[in-house]
Amino acid sequence: MDWGSILNNTLAGFLTPTTIAFALAALGLAMHFGFAGLLNFGIAGFMAIGGYGYAISVLTFGLPWWAGMLVGVLGSVVFALILGIPTLRLRGDYLAIATIAAAEIARLLFLTTAFTDVTGSADGLFGFNSRPDGSGFQNSNPIPQGTYGFGPFTYNEQTLWVLVFGLIVLTVAVWFLWALMRSPWGRVIKGIREDEEAVRSLGKNVFAYKLQALVIGGVFGALGGIIYTAAQNISPGVYVTSLTFFIWTSLLLGGAATIFGPVIGAVIFWVIQAFLSNLLPALSTSGILPVSTTQASTLRFVLVGIGLMLLVIYRPQGIFGDKRELTFVK
Amino acid sequence: MSNNEKPQKTTDLHIGDAVPGCKKKDPMLVIDHVKKTFGGLTAVDVEHLEIPSGVITALIGPNGAGKTTLFNLLTGFDTPDTGTWSFMGTSLSGVPSFKVAQMGQVRTFQLTKALSLLTVIENMKLGAKGQSGESIFRALFPGFWKKQDADIEVKAMELLKRFKLDTKKDDFAASLSGGQRKLLEMARALMTDPTLVMLDEPMAGVNPALTQSLLDHVISLKGEGMTVLFVEHDMHMVRHIADWVVVMAEGKVVAEGPPDTVMKEQAVIDAYLGAHQETDLGEVTGRINIIKGEDK
Amino acid sequence: MKFLLDDTRRRVLRIILVALLAVFGGLSVSAPALGDSVGEEYSATVFGNVKVDGEPIAGVRIVVDGGGYTAETVTDSDGRWSIGVPEVRNYNVTLDESTLPEGISVLEGGATQEVEFGLTDRVAKNFFIGEGERNETSIFDQIVSRFIYGINFGLMLGLAAVGVSLVFGTTGLSNFSHGEMVTFGAVAALIFGVGLQLPLFIAIPIAVALSAGLGWSLDAGLWRPLRKKGLGIVQLMIVSIGLSLTMRYVIQFVIGGATEQLPGFDSPKINLFGAVALSSTDLMSMGLSIVVIIAFAYWLLRTKTGKATRAISDNPDLAAASGIDVDKVIRIVWIMAASLAGLAGVLWAYFRPGIKWDMGTQILLLIFAAVTLGGLGTAFGALIGALIVGVLVEMSGLIIPADLKYVGALVVLIVVLLVRPQGLLGRKQRVG
Ligand SMILES: Nc1ncnc2c1ncn2[C@@H]1O[C@H](COP(=O)(O)OP(=O)(O)OP(=O)(O)O)[C@@H](O)[C@H]1O
Ligand SMILES: [Mg+2]
Repeated sequence: MDWGSILNNTLAGFLTPTTIAFALAALGLAMHFGFAGLLNFGIAGFMAIGGYGYAISVLTFGLPWWAGMLVGVLGSVVFALILGIPTLRLRGDYLAIATIAAAEIARLLFLTTAFTDVTGSADGLFGFNSRPDGSGFQNSNPIPQGTYGFGPFTYNEQTLWVLVFGLIVLTVAVWFLWALMRSPWGRVIKGIREDEEAVRSLGKNVFAYKLQALVIGGVFGALGGIIYTAAQNISPGVYVTSLTFFIWTSLLLGGAATIFGPVIGAVIFWVIQAFLSNLLPALSTSGILPVSTTQASTLRFVLVGIGLMLLVIYRPQGIFGDKRELTFVK
Repeated sequence: MSNNEKPQKTTDLHIGDAVPGCKKKDPMLVIDHVKKTFGGLTAVDVEHLEIPSGVITALIGPNGAGKTTLFNLLTGFDTPDTGTWSFMGTSLSGVPSFKVAQMGQVRTFQLTKALSLLTVIENMKLGAKGQSGESIFRALFPGFWKKQDADIEVKAMELLKRFKLDTKKDDFAASLSGGQRKLLEMARALMTDPTLVMLDEPMAGVNPALTQSLLDHVISLKGEGMTVLFVEHDMHMVRHIADWVVVMAEGKVVAEGPPDTVMKEQAVIDAYLGAHQETDLGEVTGRINIIKGEDK
Repeated sequence: MKFLLDDTRRRVLRIILVALLAVFGGLSVSAPALGDSVGEEYSATVFGNVKVDGEPIAGVRIVVDGGGYTAETVTDSDGRWSIGVPEVRNYNVTLDESTLPEGISVLEGGATQEVEFGLTDRVAKNFFIGEGERNETSIFDQIVSRFIYGINFGLMLGLAAVGVSLVFGTTGLSNFSHGEMVTFGAVAALIFGVGLQLPLFIAIPIAVALSAGLGWSLDAGLWRPLRKKGLGIVQLMIVSIGLSLTMRYVIQFVIGGATEQLPGFDSPKINLFGAVALSSTDLMSMGLSIVVIIAFAYWLLRTKTGKATRAISDNPDLAAASGIDVDKVIRIVWIMAASLAGLAGVLWAYFRPGIKWDMGTQILLLIFAAVTLGGLGTAFGALIGALIVGVLVEMSGLIIPADLKYVGALVVLIVVLLVRPQGLLGRKQRVG
């Protein structure tokens, strides 16, 4: 077994476009669930809309990359409104079912062959990050061609550009959430999580606040989808319900009602994933684990499931959450 | 105000006889034909009722009389089958609950709704109205709300002292005792500077010594021009502070009038004790000796 | 994980695990070859059956092409063919008419026709061939046959949905791992029916019994300890998500990523009337569902446990206070829910057709749709909801593309939540 390369690949999991995308999406869930108490099981839908909004605007409508990303974000705002206006009046578990269904609807609409010309159906879309007319995301890359970094953190100029851009977006998102949650607005949001009727009795428009929270978290999710898409092709197979559940796992790892928890949770999630996806097949080829290599790589998802269960049962506040500030009191 | 002083009662509130549904000189709430049924059960069926402004009105009645349901209807937390009602001349039918509260008609809940994972002081500050930091854009920049927030905190601390909760300021509301939560909820409602505060059994579970000081506080609220409508089962307390009493039974208003006279009405005694008992209601329902001693 | 298993239980489980692994080991070798197959390395498959008046024709050349991939095969002695394809996308399927017997040709749609995949990665393409003219399937016949398919699907969905509904009613849990309990039943049938080659009338009861065992052990090992620990319903819901992920990938670990078939999945269709044709498995599936549902209704309405279940759904505290052993009833509910789900899994494996590790996730949302439509926590509501969803899904195929047919059901789910959140048969919650 090549421990060196396992270690290398594990460390690489710290900082990848995917890790940043997960961190953004988990941050969105923190807004929804951790602070506002909204059980959103459709974060994958928000991500898909962000990613597809960006890719389709560039490919089909020829918009420059930044306008395409803006369209992705606007798309998620519209999705949040369409989803929220009718469903935010519902009780928690109904909201969970409605959101997971909405995300599936979005995915099936991207998957269907009825709109192949625009969505590429099962094949997805590609070639939107670099455009022949110079309007693509990579065309605006200010970083000269070359290899940067050291050891596990070695990137070419393209990946580095996505990382830099992603980190800027993530920093702004973290600041935004932090600034909101320390304000009186955040107080109302947390109050709604505890008991929306009480907050209503104090004259706050609970519905409007919930909708604002849904939109903000949804935009974070869409930004996650956009960063993910800026680094590779887009295909509908990514935005399945498992993605939602993995992001929930990241969120709960770090702590649902915290600002940095979701970011750190996403990092831990991907470091562990990178570790296991390298270790398990290696164990299998070297004969220590009596299973095939495909089976070995399936095992890591089994471990995600078990990890999620143990986490919720034994440490629901997450690694960084305040023991008293569980978000599961209801 | 001390324990031994009898509070100044406001009298001469009504026009004509003090019968159910009688007109008031200066009504704050006017209720017409409000009816609510749950399946076959008629929980509330009020023909006409006026709540006088600037005074303390008690709403009494046996368990299941429909008091809480009436509160829910009046504050927009539930919708009636039929009926209209207005608050200071504005019709409130169909107005959502948060708007009702914004207009100055604020209620508390019989089953307390403390916001468990917010601290006591955050609970209080949430009550304050017109906070600019509650708008999402200004929230981002503390310059817009820091000063106002500090003022609100001062006001909240004053109220907390009054309610003997100041030492609990930074505790999670979840850690408060049942009685303390009741107090917190009442204090939080007062943070909104209501015109009409509707308290659903505010003193249930609060110890007698503190009750007395809170009653004094309620009376001083009246002095500041606030109107109070409260539900209470303790007749001594009602007699002690209420200027006007409305009695409900089986969804209907069966009697109303000044406390001393209304409790002697046969309809009221019947509603509580079944037909034709010759007892003073205070004997059966009183639980606070301090007031009892002073009343006699 | 001290709460999960005590010692004896752990030992028993280990034995079962070892036995299962042994069984699964044998499975991969004994997977049946299907007709004359090409492209078996791919998990997506286009397949079909060439027959004239019920008589299979061997040696007919079939070409599948699309997305830069081309493959061809000839039908086997049963007239069957199957071609693995690398992607789930549209393909052109061509039947080489020169390889058909004299005087016989493709009567409808031409010799080259397009296929599109639905949600599964298997799609059937059959050509209407024969001598002389063939009548167009009338729109009426289409409606009728879709409706019957819908009822069949709905009944099967109902079997799965009542379990979710019972569990929700008695414990308040929206069980996201129910889909995997459905898959589990199908996989168990696969292991015993295909892996061990047991006849189906033995393999299916074993699958249901194993499912019941799964329900028992999940309650004993997980849900009951968690209830005792006092976890909130949101926490429980997320635990069920973790369980769903775990089970899903354990199943993938065991059976791999490909689609497997149960014996007799392609039994020939019998013409009932007009153009309405059902296979014998369809008919048996419907009959079985109806019998089981009637038995279930009897259990819920007439037996003591059934009544206790309803009492608990109504008001758990009152039920406990009136001497009902709530834990015992919940245990039975889990066993019921899991066995019905397992049976539904077997039937669904025939309906799709095929068994795949993630088939449960596909049906979970339809189950939720059915349950919400009927009213969370009311078992009969869930049945009615399931029938409506089933018929809706199948009928919607008449107007919208096949790969969007589940969208209709999910839209209905959301609309129902808006208009009548308590569902068709549910009661309004006491608010405040
Ligand atoms: N949501 C509801 N569904 C069904 N019945 C209800 C509902 N709310 C109230 N009721 C019924 O309406 C009647 C009046 O209830 P309400 O809570 O208004 O009584 P109350 O006067 O406040 O009594 P208490 O003094 O005990 O608080 C009761 O019989 C109660 O059971
Ligand atoms: Mg009451």
